[in-house]
Amino acid sequence: MTRETTLGVRSVADNLGIQRATRDRGSEGLARFLGWFSLGLGVTALAAGSRVARAVGVDDSPTARAVLRAAGLREIGHAAVLLVPRRAGMGAWTRVAGDALDLAATGQAYRNLCGERRRRLGLTLAALGGITAIDLYASVRATRNRRISPPGFAHGSVTVNRTPEEAYHFWHGFENLPGFMYHLQSVRSTGPGRTRWSAKAPAGRTVEWEAEIVEERPNQLIRWRSVDGSRVPNRGTVRFTPAAGDQGTEVRVELEYAVPGRRLGTLVAKAFGENPQQQICDDLRRFKQIIETGEITRSDGTPDGTSIQTQAKQRPARPLAAHRTA
Amino acid sequence: MKANCWLAPNRVAVEEVPEPTILNPRDAVLKVTSTAICGSDLHLLDGFIPAMRRGDVLGHEFMGEIVELGAGARDGLRVGDRVVVGFPIACGDCGSCQRGLYSVCENSNPNAAIAETAMGHTPAGIFGYSHLLGGYAGGQAEFVRVPYADVGALKVGDELPDEQVLFLSDVLPTGYMAAEMGDVKPGDVVAVWGAGPVGQFAAVSAFLLGAEQVVVIDRFPYRLRIARDRAGAETINYEETDVLDTLREMTAGRGPDVCIDAVGMESHHPSAALQAYDRAKQAVKAETDRPHALREAILACRNGGTVAAIGAYGGFIDKFPMGSFMNRSLTLRSGQAHVQRYMRPLLERIHRGEIDPSFIITHTMRLDDAPHGYDIFKNKQDDCLKVVLKP
Repeated sequence: MTRETTLGVRSVADNLGIQRATRDRGSEGLARFLGWFSLGLGVTALAAGSRVARAVGVDDSPTARAVLRAAGLREIGHAAVLLVPRRAGMGAWTRVAGDALDLAATGQAYRNLCGERRRRLGLTLAALGGITAIDLYASVRATRNRRISPPGFAHGSVTVNRTPEEAYHFWHGFENLPGFMYHLQSVRSTGPGRTRWSAKAPAGRTVEWEAEIVEERPNQLIRWRSVDGSRVPNRGTVRFTPAAGDQGTEVRVELEYAVPGRRLGTLVAKAFGENPQQQICDDLRRFKQIIETGEITRSDGTPDGTSIQTQAKQRPARPLAAHRTA
Repeated sequence: MKANCWLAPNRVAVEEVPEPTILNPRDAVLKVTSTAICGSDLHLLDGFIPAMRRGDVLGHEFMGEIVELGAGARDGLRVGDRVVVGFPIACGDCGSCQRGLYSVCENSNPNAAIAETAMGHTPAGIFGYSHLLGGYAGGQAEFVRVPYADVGALKVGDELPDEQVLFLSDVLPTGYMAAEMGDVKPGDVVAVWGAGPVGQFAAVSAFLLGAEQVVVIDRFPYRLRIARDRAGAETINYEETDVLDTLREMTAGRGPDVCIDAVGMESHHPSAALQAYDRAKQAVKAETDRPHALREAILACRNGGTVAAIGAYGGFIDKFPMGSFMNRSLTLRSGQAHVQRYMRPLLERIHRGEIDPSFIITHTMRLDDAPHGYDIFKNKQDDCLKVVLKP
């Protein structure tokens, strides 16, 4: 296992040597826990205000009961923020704000008390301090997790009955790529090691970006990345290794792309397909078909060739009405 | 054009569909002169093969004349050639094809992902055999598109009638491969479960490979009669006698050297209770296939012998007698026939008069009568063993 930081995110290499971004799942779980904790506190404060007041050490006075009721309502608000949305996200920060209020109010009361009640309120203050620390920790962790939204990652592999030389040269002829990568419209060379990629987008529009080759090892590897300022930052590698026992060549593709936000996320979908992982699997199957047989496999049910997306909604296996030619 | 289409389980109909065209450089379009209904088409009819769609054109046993050829056909095929086409669609270029394993071609199933979900890896695409195996229109039609025609279509010349060469498309190579997988050697005793076309050809092929005694097991007297008269086999009617006892008796306790399951997923059991057990599990999808013949083949086989499963299976079986199989050093071999590997040598055997495959044909009818053909073939009416359709 090797660790490596890419696009600002920690990633881990799995036993195939493929880098995978890791997401901080713990942060989300902690936020949910705090949500339930808030709910419990809120309900208790509302249902048994005077007993809570006695337990923590404040007066069982109308003022104290009013303050406790307000705090209970506030806790239920925290719970709603942390439990209702699909992702709790920054919700823990509302608890930190609430903790500040509680600490201030309890500190005020502490100063005016003495004896047993002062001792109890001291314990309450200490507990509040502990809770505040946990809330602060959860909030900071959530914030960091959000800031380092991990890049999209997709990978795939296929064995082709060709030598590494043949596979490498076919791939290195970048203008060949749209022949089996259906989402691409064209790949043009724009200078030494530089290419301009154009992908189909809905409504006849296109999304374009410029890429440069970062590394090429003949018959082994091509590594590329989008040039700075690209609207769809991405980078990737294709590796060619001889398969065991002289059984052809293993081709492995890894693609990493930034997923900065909703709007740009859609751009990514336009550039790499709705589901880049599926896209890569389909692309590699068609790559194998074309480099081995010279054509994309087509049937009457799947006339446009391999595509996981269209597999569920196939036409019947009967000839097409429209005349199509190869 | 007219084509025989699958509509729903137990419903096929001849419908008007568009004529096929060339989709790829290595394609050919055939004008079909003869096509047959295969026993495995009955699994489609009965609804045991998943991923069928209403309107799918059926048929994977066919021959005809090339009427259109793509620009990239490699093997000297010409428009006007008379050809027989193997049922597995194979590219000829992938690692599997180059090792002669055409029925597991790595490129011919465009729907590989579905098949991988069901089977782990995908086998080849097959004409008219569900979207799991490619979604290809079949050959029970006036015309059919043949992908990779330079690999799948074998020129057969004009000397022999359709009836002699049509079965090179499937059942003859399939029966032959069963005997070959069983590793039949001179002097062997071979038992074949199923006296359908594949079982008949497995029996014939076992003799060709030197078997001394071949025993065919079925329950339909007319099929057993054909096995005796035309394949030269001995027969057991499993509804009349106990198969294991009889085979033990015939071999003085050893068991057959080679056992061939030419029945597959819809086998029957003479005991109504045991038949109902597997049928019920199949109905609720607790097992997809009824493996009675396979279980019996394993129990019958002599120690150290070989079981060849050539009958079609689709999914999962249960009560597989693993203990018998393991403890008695058996070998189990299986596979859809690698037809392209056997077509040429078997055509030569037909030319030399060693095999006359036409003996299995009991019915010849017009393509329009395909639904009737399916009906009598399925229900074993009118002594039906093989239906040939003429478009």
